[in-house]
Amino acid sequence: MLMPKPEAGILAQRSDLLTDLRAIVPGEGVIADEVALRAYESDGLSAYRQVPMAVVLPETVEQVAAIMQLCDRRRIKVVPRGAGTSLSGGALPLEDGIILGLGKFNRVLEIDYENRAVRVQPGVTNLGISQAVDGEGFYYAPDPSSQIACSIGGNVAENAGGVHCLKYGVTTNNLLGLEMVLLSGEVIRLGGKHLDSGGYDVMGLLTGSEGLLGVITEVTVRILKKPETARALLIGFPSSEQAGNCVSEVIGAGIIPGGMEMMDRAAIHASEEFCHAGYPMEAEALLIVELDGPQREVDHLIEKVGEIATTCGSTSLRISESEEERAAFWAGRKAAFPAIGRISPDYMCMDGTIPRNRLAEVLKRMSELSAHHGLRVANVFHAGDGNLHPLILFDANAGELETAEEFGADILRLCVEVGGVLTGEHGIGIEKRDLMAEVFTAEDLAQQQRVKCAFDPNGRLNPGKVFPVLHRCAELGKMVVHQGQMPFPDIPRF
Amino acid sequence: MAEDLKPSDAAQVAEALAWAAGSQKTIELVGAGSKTALGRPIETDYRLHLTALEGVNLYEPEELVLRAGAATSLGQIQAMLAQQRQQLAFEPPDFSDLYGNLTDQTIGGVLSANLAGPRRIKAGAARDHFLGLEAVSGRGAAFKSGGRVVKNVTGYDLCKLMAGSFGTLAALTEVTVKVLPVPEKTRTVLLFGQDDPAAITAMSQAAGSPHEVSALAHLPSAIAARSAVSYIKDAGAAVTAVRVEGPEPSVEHRTEALRRMWGGHGAVEELHGHNSNTLWREVANVAPLLPDPDAIIWKLSVTPSTGADVMAKALSAGGAGYYDWAGGLLWLALPGSEKGGEDGGAALVRGAFGGDGHATLMRGPAELRAKVDVFQPSAPALAALSARIKDSFDPHGILNPGRMHGAY
Repeated sequence: MLMPKPEAGILAQRSDLLTDLRAIVPGEGVIADEVALRAYESDGLSAYRQVPMAVVLPETVEQVAAIMQLCDRRRIKVVPRGAGTSLSGGALPLEDGIILGLGKFNRVLEIDYENRAVRVQPGVTNLGISQAVDGEGFYYAPDPSSQIACSIGGNVAENAGGVHCLKYGVTTNNLLGLEMVLLSGEVIRLGGKHLDSGGYDVMGLLTGSEGLLGVITEVTVRILKKPETARALLIGFPSSEQAGNCVSEVIGAGIIPGGMEMMDRAAIHASEEFCHAGYPMEAEALLIVELDGPQREVDHLIEKVGEIATTCGSTSLRISESEEERAAFWAGRKAAFPAIGRISPDYMCMDGTIPRNRLAEVLKRMSELSAHHGLRVANVFHAGDGNLHPLILFDANAGELETAEEFGADILRLCVEVGGVLTGEHGIGIEKRDLMAEVFTAEDLAQQQRVKCAFDPNGRLNPGKVFPVLHRCAELGKMVVHQGQMPFPDIPRF
Repeated sequence: MAEDLKPSDAAQVAEALAWAAGSQKTIELVGAGSKTALGRPIETDYRLHLTALEGVNLYEPEELVLRAGAATSLGQIQAMLAQQRQQLAFEPPDFSDLYGNLTDQTIGGVLSANLAGPRRIKAGAARDHFLGLEAVSGRGAAFKSGGRVVKNVTGYDLCKLMAGSFGTLAALTEVTVKVLPVPEKTRTVLLFGQDDPAAITAMSQAAGSPHEVSALAHLPSAIAARSAVSYIKDAGAAVTAVRVEGPEPSVEHRTEALRRMWGGHGAVEELHGHNSNTLWREVANVAPLLPDPDAIIWKLSVTPSTGADVMAKALSAGGAGYYDWAGGLLWLALPGSEKGGEDGGAALVRGAFGGDGHATLMRGPAELRAKVDVFQPSAPALAALSARIKDSFDPHGILNPGRMHGAY
């Protein structure tokens, strides 16, 4: 992975920079010690490491603004970081950049049940929001599997999803307001407790922008009343085609389940051996379908889904009769990653999205790729929305990292080829950066970068992420001029 | 007078806009022209009709996705979806009566205006259902964003930026949207005789319940009297309404629960299929405010709990109004220019809520729309950023110049 070449002019400023940073954030808020910096050398994509020039941990928006202004003036690169759980390297430090950590922004600022809104600082964890409103029976819907650790600011930067987003939407659909700081130090507030602010939807643009546009300093989310009840079905199928078909039939019947997850044989076996959830070992594919909502509705729909599954050729079917049983159904799915970790020295989690009806084909070709690269793969799949998480098993100590990366890139190319995309919820970061040209034309990428220029004209905010090549703004702004006569006499006029 | 251009495909749109950018010619983008009276009036050198970009190119009901030319008529799409018992869940309103034209709006127009009806509070706005696009920027360059899958964080989400940009950034040529099943059953529970603050409380209670309500509106008595639904028209009182949708047993159960919840506030009644649909169409399409053709019509989005207070202040010089989105959306009809003041009530309306909210002048004479801010003015830093965003797509300012703001 090639990162932008460190700029000597920046590195030479280190001691002056530290002095300036300490003038803004006193005490332990500026980390420059070699050993302490190591704690920040990577995020959830731990194959890549880089020690930053410094880490700064501001506590106020004013400090964030001052740090941004300072870095803008000195042309220092800034990498924002929430909890550091990114799986795509979004928070990987740069050798000639600082880490701006939002960990101290960890307060819930306002809970407003009347308007079903919660205003928090960006370092509050995803689960922390739900816990803060749990007493009144509310929750925050998007639930990425890292929800115990990941911060809401990071969720916004990556547009995080989760198991329940088929029914309740991803982060972008559950946001009401944001506050962000531009590199210029300007503080911009977007939205509030009302819906659909007029003007350009900058909040929608910021969501999923991977820390390349601004630093988020406050988030207002929509909360929902917890569903009356939730029940799940555990359904085994003799083939992934039949399981995929069942997913389509459920949706075709007008049912949008709270969650619909699929696991392939490799994932079923790894999970079952790890946590003994009672999964059907003979099945080639396993579906967990969860219905939530009013009791009457859930009881009604669970039967319908059961009937559909039987029609689709299920070989085993269990329906949860208690909360304990429902939790047990999920236990194996939730433990899938550690279970794979137990049977392989290393694994890599991919994140493509595909049109659901191409699933069987994608799985078949993935097993061919697996044979080709000589590495095993297990699949867990947010089946309802087509978000695939192939887990590639490898051993870095045996020198298999590069092969695993090639295998991963082939899987993502396959996703794009069948009409899908490179990433459903983990982000591009550095991990998929060099595959962007598989999806986008030069002009598509140029237009996205022009938008970045509107926020960050000097390309100092998290450079080296998302875009394979970051062009200078002046260069992007140039355009070919077509002058003279109208060049399209063939366009009909009336 | 602007000259009309009618490119026959997306490539010709790109050719035309590249030429216009190079020659500094301004362009008004036109789909069906159903909403030309929304926004600031503009004058351009050319009008570029996107009419030829028409037709559904992909519809896979079990994948919940539809792709169409940007100028495909919404009616055509809705008819196609209805055959599979699906719909656009954001419930796009039909403003043909509001703007006095019978033109069938286009899907591109609905997205460009980011319009959503009463189901907004549950299903999201148009922007939340906008999965992918192909477009031509004001530089005359074709680009795409998003895709056909719901979960996608591959690159910036330019669909969000395009939604509500009123054609000031790019000409949409093809769009992909998420579609959803039509609920099996619909019921509406009515509560009678609440004053505005009490109605806000009742709506907040229902919105904060686990009953998955899909719409909440309040019609003060004078407004209720204009409904075509007899239960509402003849009530002789204000009417507060909540809608539930879903499988039959669930709808029955929730209707009962909501009747019990609201029964403590006053008399309740229940609307089934046809009447329920009529009511929510009226609410979405601003029907109750249309009898006065000269009224200045404003749409306000505010913090729901402040709705009644904002309404009272905004109507202090006369007019009428009602609430959608659990009190978060206010539709106001202010008296025409003589009584409404020189600014169409802009100062009064915008002064009625603090910083948290926004007001859009949805209908007014062209002179008024040229004079006052049709869209809520932004704080200086956001306004400057918005201008830079506009510039990144349309450096010569050729696309719908001035439609949203003087500067962009």
